[in-house]
Amino acid sequence: MDLDDTPEQAAYRAQVRSWLEEHKSEAPVLNGPGALEDEAEIIAARRAWQGKLAEAGLAGVTWPREYGGQGLGPIEQVICNQEIARAKVPGILDAIGVGMLGPTIIAHGSDEQKSRYLGSMLHGDEVWCQLFSEPAAGSDLAAVQARARLQDDGGWRLTGQKVWTTNAQFASYGLLLARTDADVPKHKGLTMFIVPMDAEGVTVRGLRQISGEAEFNEVFFDDVALDSNAVVGGVGNGWGTALTTLMYERVTIGLGGEGMGYNSTRFALAIARDEHARGDAEVRHQLGEISSELLAVRFTGYRTLTALQKGQIPGPEAGLAKVTIVNGAVKAGDLIADVLGPDALSEDSEWAYMISFLPGLKSAGGTEEILRNTVGERVLGLPPEPRLDKGIPFSELRSKEGAPA
Amino acid sequence: MNLALSDEQEFLREAARGALSRFKTLEAAREALDGDESALPDLWPMAREAGWPGLLIDEDHGGAGLDAFDAMLVLGECGRVLAGIPLLGHLPATAILSDAPNAASLLEALATGERRAAYLPACPPSDLDPRWTVDPAAGSRRLEAPTVVGEGDQARVSGELAWVPDAPGAEVLVGIALRDGRPVGVAVEADAPGVSLEETRRYDATRSLAHVTLKDAPATVLDAPESSLTAAWHLAQALIAAESIGSVETALDVSVAYAKERHTFGRAIGSYQAVKHSLTEVLRQLENGRSLLYYAGWARVGAPGEFPLAASAARSVAGRALDQAARTMISVHGGIGATWEHDAPLYFRRAQLSRRLLGGTVAATDRVAGELIAQADAA
Repeated sequence: MDLDDTPEQAAYRAQVRSWLEEHKSEAPVLNGPGALEDEAEIIAARRAWQGKLAEAGLAGVTWPREYGGQGLGPIEQVICNQEIARAKVPGILDAIGVGMLGPTIIAHGSDEQKSRYLGSMLHGDEVWCQLFSEPAAGSDLAAVQARARLQDDGGWRLTGQKVWTTNAQFASYGLLLARTDADVPKHKGLTMFIVPMDAEGVTVRGLRQISGEAEFNEVFFDDVALDSNAVVGGVGNGWGTALTTLMYERVTIGLGGEGMGYNSTRFALAIARDEHARGDAEVRHQLGEISSELLAVRFTGYRTLTALQKGQIPGPEAGLAKVTIVNGAVKAGDLIADVLGPDALSEDSEWAYMISFLPGLKSAGGTEEILRNTVGERVLGLPPEPRLDKGIPFSELRSKEGAPA
Repeated sequence: MNLALSDEQEFLREAARGALSRFKTLEAAREALDGDESALPDLWPMAREAGWPGLLIDEDHGGAGLDAFDAMLVLGECGRVLAGIPLLGHLPATAILSDAPNAASLLEALATGERRAAYLPACPPSDLDPRWTVDPAAGSRRLEAPTVVGEGDQARVSGELAWVPDAPGAEVLVGIALRDGRPVGVAVEADAPGVSLEETRRYDATRSLAHVTLKDAPATVLDAPESSLTAAWHLAQALIAAESIGSVETALDVSVAYAKERHTFGRAIGSYQAVKHSLTEVLRQLENGRSLLYYAGWARVGAPGEFPLAASAARSVAGRALDQAARTMISVHGGIGATWEHDAPLYFRRAQLSRRLLGGTVAATDRVAGELIAQADAA
């Protein structure tokens, strides 16, 4: 049992570290003195930085070499992430594209799609967004209603709405799950499309949240024309294609661990600074409970890495770590606000931002309830809830719910 | 990066599971609660055969020369079946003795299990309490650790310690005593004059305990370093955490099996979200506990400075996990889960007592906070 690099991993780490040492002055500054402020400037600078990382082999580490990647394993990806964090420079801008959507295209896309899209995605020339969730399809993703209709010329016309779309405001393309056949059961009538975000009929609107900032977007599609070659993975195979993306999402979450900054060190520091609170038994008890669980997640991450190193794919239990992190951070925010008082809720306070962000994060990447269902069924082997949608054509389902299909 | 069990560790765990499966430990636990303590099987001969008494003693002195994590694997298996094997007392005692060159002659008999040791638990100072303290017989006010006068093997120890695990039947008592406020390691023969043990069991019949009184008891001052005395406390925390997590595993397995077979309103109760989610909550806490056992096992060898934090965090999470698992086990089974004949109350009793021994999970949780605040101050 050890947390050390193998000699090969250590050599890789040294190589990554030395490149970062040499080039970190070229990275955009996002925090502190001299930080960029203009949104467009920040995006441009981060895209350029992603291009440099890609050329140096520090992006798409696990992508096959033929698509511009390094053909390395998840451990090397983690080493790369660790070194980027250590160098205090931003990572790639398009983590969603490179981490989840690119691998989906690699798995299911045509040769033409791979050669057209992957290179520019990896280098940050074209940023991507994930167009899966809808106002009425989140936990039950297969209930998407965005409708693509086949045209006589073999093309498609797309109408519908997506939501919770990160990066849509500057994305060039989106990977979109749409319904192409409403007369078959819902998992069967889905197709995955590549959608140019500058196409006529696409509208992106920022979605402000509790903090007042727009972390996400909603995206509207009004009779958007798509070519026949926009389909990824075959017509009617959208669900299987989406599952690939969701599997990579799990891997990303499993390896992300404490990347969100919700860790015991940061929370303990806030308490330690308060002379009274640091000696208060109740405050200490809460800090101890929250921190113990967050420390556990760090080692759950190492266990996941060990499994990945042996070629195993993380299962749905990785979702439990997310539950622990989010709920731990919620409790920590509450504790810190109790200690600091209203000052913790100043608009410019890091704690106010965290406190505002977490209620939404609870539902991101799968609500806590759906995660617990999945884990209960897939890990503990408990029977599923009886379903009322099995085998029923989507159009009939919708009319049962009292809405037009 | 490798947190997988080695082949040897897998074998150790499987062998422990196999050996323990030969005994009806749960039935015995229930009968003992009814007053028939003779029903409890003597598992020490089996432990000796398996080499567990010498797990932490080096091979030169007849032991297996393994690490804390290996011992935690064995304790986990004991916890799965609520086996009352006096390793929680024996192993931390052997860890202190192994670090004391002048105690080398004691090790061989302890490694084979021919003689048995018990650890006299003393909690090291924290950022709030500068004293070395021991568990009191009642109440929240902790007692000062025992004191020692004299040198070498001519020393005498005085003090009181309550709820000492596995002290009944132990031949050697090993712990700390204070000299001018500084801790030194001490070893006391259990049959020496001035040593009195009041044997006791409380709520969980599988756990052998004693209140120990030392009155000018002849003792040997050990030349173990203070770091070893501190580590012994945290080792005991890690071991009871591992044992608790083992109990959580069984409680969850049994609960899940029942939730799959018991039907209400025409469907298995495990299909209801309310039941499913309460079981996944146990799994979540179990996985967190397991991860912290890895942290403690790794830190003990790889980062001794973090061992107090890791072991305390493991204890904290494992204690809560066991409480949650035992309560969920009862509630998933419905009323039957709260009856004498069911196994659930045995796990519930184990949870209740375990969480209060060795300073209690509350103290471990406080130490997590204290260690992190100290880290923050140093940063």
